[in-house]
Amino acid sequence: MNFEPTNFISSLEYLAVGMISIFVVIGVIVLVTVLLNKIFRPGGKK
Amino acid sequence: MSLSDFSFLVQNIAELADWRYVTMWVIGGLLIFLAIKYEMEPTLLLPLGFGTILVNIPFSGAIDRLVNGETESGALTTLFNAGISNELFPLILFIGIGAMIDFGPLLSNPKLMIFGAAAQFGIFFTFCTASMFFDLNDAASIGIIGAADGPTAIVVSQKLDSAYQGAIMVAAYSYMALVPIIQPPVIKLLTTKKERLIRMPYEQKSVSKLTKILFPIIITVIAGIVAPESVSLIGFLMFGNLIRECGVLNSLSETAQNVLANLITIFLGITIASQMQAEKFLKPDTLLILGLGLFAFIFDTAGGVIFAKFLNLFLKKKINPMIGAAGISAFPMSGRVVHKMGIKEDPQNFLLMQSIGVNVSGQIASVIAGGLILNFFM
Repeated sequence: MNFEPTNFISSLEYLAVGMISIFVVIGVIVLVTVLLNKIFRPGGKK
Repeated sequence: MSLSDFSFLVQNIAELADWRYVTMWVIGGLLIFLAIKYEMEPTLLLPLGFGTILVNIPFSGAIDRLVNGETESGALTTLFNAGISNELFPLILFIGIGAMIDFGPLLSNPKLMIFGAAAQFGIFFTFCTASMFFDLNDAASIGIIGAADGPTAIVVSQKLDSAYQGAIMVAAYSYMALVPIIQPPVIKLLTTKKERLIRMPYEQKSVSKLTKILFPIIITVIAGIVAPESVSLIGFLMFGNLIRECGVLNSLSETAQNVLANLITIFLGITIASQMQAEKFLKPDTLLILGLGLFAFIFDTAGGVIFAKFLNLFLKKKINPMIGAAGISAFPMSGRVVHKMGIKEDPQNFLLMQSIGVNVSGQIASVIAGGLILNFFM
């Protein structure tokens, strides 16, 4: 185990890419869910 | 017959001069105490605690050991190789968890899912912090403790071949049990009383059965396309949910939720304990990992709350920022914590449905985060 403070800065890129990716994927899932709810309304026409 | 014939009865006692064995017994005893006295994740902490004692008896036959220069198999090591090192136990457990989850509150208010994404901040921030001390694969495995999801932590640390799997698994499960203690002070620190009093009337919207059936299938496909490494994780979780929602496999659904989940949990806890051997566990690195695990849970909670506060800057109908904290995946503890805090502030403020919805989305988001981490480092 070594202490390399500069690694924090270099790994911030993963933080940015990771968080943006999660928001994008969840955003897509939200859109799909909204669509599913609109298309298949309970008690609506089949 | 002489006294020396009975020397074998005490030959192991000399080994106890090594303080590390006794320290591990104390740790094992503490886990058992927390499980029984405070009912903290007893299904996991009790087997884990007992297993810790089991593997830290000098020359324990429960784990692989050298006898006359040859390796003699131990039951727990065999179980570890059969169920953990190939990720089988955590994945089977995910079927049970998937069968337990009702996505109804989330499907009726899908916008809540966004908080599940925000509350994964702790994973990546902890990864950045851990990278100052550990190599990237170990740092990523440590960061995933913030997924607040035992099976995901096991699978990711296993696939990344982390040297600290034992400590990571223990931290992941222990902090999940400690969510009711960790989250409230962080939430209080980041919110005002006025914000905690915000009411969010729940509008019940019914969701069609077809939507509930299609949802797990579509999520698996989307997550699989984005992060193929997460297919097994998300796939087993959603398979369990599909069994629940299809309506024709009620018996299988009940078995998955109860018998299967309990059976795997028994083996999971005691098998993970095989990694709690004194020489592997009692190192400064372990203490640092336990500290970073706590750090991850705190920043997950902060990420969710701060994101909700940020959204409130633009929304006319304000959100109670406490529900952002439920985006941490520890299901259903986190949802309950937020609900109880709401009730404590205002006995008429019911946040349960919203917080459980966010909590369920955290489960999905944490698995996706695990898949992304694997994509980055495999």
